[in-house]
Amino acid sequence: MPLDAKFIGRTYPPTEPYEVGREKIREFAAAIGDPDPAYNDPEAAKALGHPDVIAPPTFAIVVTMRAADQVVYDPELGLDYSRVVHRDQKFTYTRPVRAGDRLTVVTTVDDIKSLAGNDVLTTRAEVRTVEGEHVVTALSSLVARAAGESES
Amino acid sequence: MTAKISFDDVAVGTELPTRSFPVTRETLVRYAGASGDFNPIHWNGRFATDVGLPDVIAHGMFTMAEAARVVTDWLGDPGALIEFGVRFTKPVVVPDTVEGATIEVTGKVAVLLDDRRARVDLVVTAAGAKVLGVPRAVVQLA
Repeated sequence: MPLDAKFIGRTYPPTEPYEVGREKIREFAAAIGDPDPAYNDPEAAKALGHPDVIAPPTFAIVVTMRAADQVVYDPELGLDYSRVVHRDQKFTYTRPVRAGDRLTVVTTVDDIKSLAGNDVLTTRAEVRTVEGEHVVTALSSLVARAAGESES
Repeated sequence: MTAKISFDDVAVGTELPTRSFPVTRETLVRYAGASGDFNPIHWNGRFATDVGLPDVIAHGMFTMAEAARVVTDWLGDPGALIEFGVRFTKPVVVPDTVEGATIEVTGKVAVLLDDRRARVDLVVTAAGAKVLGVPRAVVQLA
């Protein structure tokens, strides 16, 4: 059954704060193979004008993916997550995520449309510190392939 | 933010250093752990082929992360990347071999913007085919 367009504009409650730690940033940077000192060495990050080590740009997905669970597992929306693939991802940064940030995410359903019989769900995640400072906005679109279609 | 590249030193067509990034099954397991994305299509060959994929595929977000490195390495300050978007058009298939797969990334300045910003367009390929659609970054230059 196609996703209901009445969900467009629905905003979910802010998530519990995610506390960004230096070691988590190091682990993520190592996992993408990136030795950039700005991710590892607080002094190097400070030399660039950052108060502490910063996270690689795509680290924001760690925070927003958790928040998106509110939408993708919303029983009212009824998305079949086993049929979902990631279609688009875009980040717009006010500043980089950094160690010590306590981040909360507000996710909104921006769009639902049908494309060649498949549902395309676009969400917007606004990531702010608990103090209210905007850090990054993440736009994601997911395609839920219609049942019966081959996956290749 | 303190990009090491000055707006005055770039023009439309300025090329970023080309990079290639290896990706093996171990890379994907590591990325799964660090990112929290444990979808078995990224580590379990049996599961991947059962759902119709040719083999295990890399996380799209891993490919996006590697593409970003070409831009952040060029900038010298990853904080000077202010916008980055991609479309996942084709999976990076990662066979269970020592070599795995390779992600190749090239980039060039496409548009000069206001406020000493520029748009950088990337080309990201694996096994000779483009894997990301319109990968574009907006950067704040010095």
